[in-house]
Amino acid sequence: MSQSWEPKIIAFLCNWCSYPAADLAGVGRMQYPPNVRIVRVPCSSRVSANLILSALKSGADGVLVSGCHPGDCHYISGNLYARRRFALLKNLIEFIGIEPGRVNFFWAAASEGGKIVEVMKTVSASVKELGPAGRMVKRFDVPARSPQQKFA
Amino acid sequence: MSQINSKITEEIRSKVKALLSAEEIAAFVGFIDGTLPMTARPFTARSPEDADRLVFNSFCVVNPAVYLPPLLKSLEPPRRPTDPLPEGPLPKVGILATGCWSRNISIQLQENQIARERVVVLGTGCRGMVDMRKVGSIIDGREIEKAYELDDRISVSGKGFSEEILLEDVLRDNCLTCICPNPVIMDHRVGGQVPDRRVDNRFPFVDEIESKSLDKRWEWFQNEISSCIRCYACRNVCPLCYCPTCFVDDSRPQWVGKSLDPADTSIFHILRAFHCAGRCTNCGSCETVCPMGINMRVLTSKLTKDVIDLYGTEAGVDSDAPLPLTTYSETDRQDFMV
Ligand code: SF4
Ligand code: SF4
Ligand code: SF4
Ligand code: FES
Repeated sequence: MSQSWEPKIIAFLCNWCSYPAADLAGVGRMQYPPNVRIVRVPCSSRVSANLILSALKSGADGVLVSGCHPGDCHYISGNLYARRRFALLKNLIEFIGIEPGRVNFFWAAASEGGKIVEVMKTVSASVKELGPAGRMVKRFDVPARSPQQKFA
Repeated sequence: MSQINSKITEEIRSKVKALLSAEEIAAFVGFIDGTLPMTARPFTARSPEDADRLVFNSFCVVNPAVYLPPLLKSLEPPRRPTDPLPEGPLPKVGILATGCWSRNISIQLQENQIARERVVVLGTGCRGMVDMRKVGSIIDGREIEKAYELDDRISVSGKGFSEEILLEDVLRDNCLTCICPNPVIMDHRVGGQVPDRRVDNRFPFVDEIESKSLDKRWEWFQNEISSCIRCYACRNVCPLCYCPTCFVDDSRPQWVGKSLDPADTSIFHILRAFHCAGRCTNCGSCETVCPMGINMRVLTSKLTKDVIDLYGTEAGVDSDAPLPLTTYSETDRQDFMV
């Protein structure tokens, strides 16, 4: 592995706590690793297994999913339902041989800009340690046509 | 002929005949003899005469609950999707149910796919169904021309051979680890109650895989699914899979590509199993119908095991308890989080 390799990490952050936390980090000029690409979702329970696996399939080296702390979900209990699903999904993908550090979950409140930066740093360091994702990546994907192309 | 099963068969026939003649039900989902030896075919009886063809034996390997939601729907008067349901009672459907089949019916009820008042369940205890592949390996793959069952054995014969095989040697793996051989819901009983089986370890295959290293597990998974031809028979036969559009058929976004790329096949298997998390009843239909002999039930078993470990419940056993993934507790474990 070359020294310059940097992992790509997709972060699914909920609109109401985790995304604002990342925003707060930005406003506060806290630096977080540029490896993390953020996708804003309405709630952590929006993050289906489909989304997580699609990220891996499309070449993400790591995935981060974050929502409000239990009790703080904007939709009352979305994150509590999601917590059960995440626990099972994480176990299942590790069962079939996906490295434990690839898919990560955490909670962050809107005020926790510092925490989200810390988590991003730890996760990107540990994914870097794991090296490029090899499992679940689709190698010969035909590039999808964008909607614009359709009308071209 | 197996005394036990022929008695059940007789009882099913007379009960279904009575129900159909009295027009109490419009149709009954059961089994008739298949065209090949050792097979039974799912069948919808719609007239009292049809009822005479019904059978119950150790070859009923498909979970008939899969037919229930579409059959009930097809018996409703035609109407546009936005029109309200017509007044008055709708036609009912009868169904045969063993332990796991009844659990699937119970789950369909909990998930609002069927209405209790439209379903008449004929419940029977089940002593397990035969795995054709196990029989095949005992007789070295020779062609079976004739087969019949006795109470604890099946007798198979073909060109130049005739053998009696103990039933317990050829039961399907899911039947060997069955914890619920008697129906959890029923309106009429056919046959007797069967004793609960003694199951020391419910998840032997899961334990075996769990004990491997990460790389070995990946190797096992890739090897297991490598021959999958993505016929989706395992999905079609599953009574949990009633989605109008399955994720495998979505085209934008396309969650799984149409190719046989290992990544696509892996995602198909992970997601199919995951969609059954906290719902699978270990009925074994998926594994039985797979033309490639893939043991994809290991994945759903892993999920079942985790659900029991983490949330202490299991789908369909107690019809009053909510399904594990439709509920939560504030104290659910979250030590898997960073
Ligand atoms: S039935 Fe078997 S071959 Fe067909 S999609 Fe399922 S696992 Fe693959
Ligand atoms: S695999 Fe999932 S999406 Fe497909 S029918 Fe089953 S539950 Fe629905
Ligand atoms: S996943 Fe397989 S064993 Fe589970 S309910 Fe569906 S068909 Fe039965
Ligand atoms: S809104 Fe943040 S987790 Fe539900």
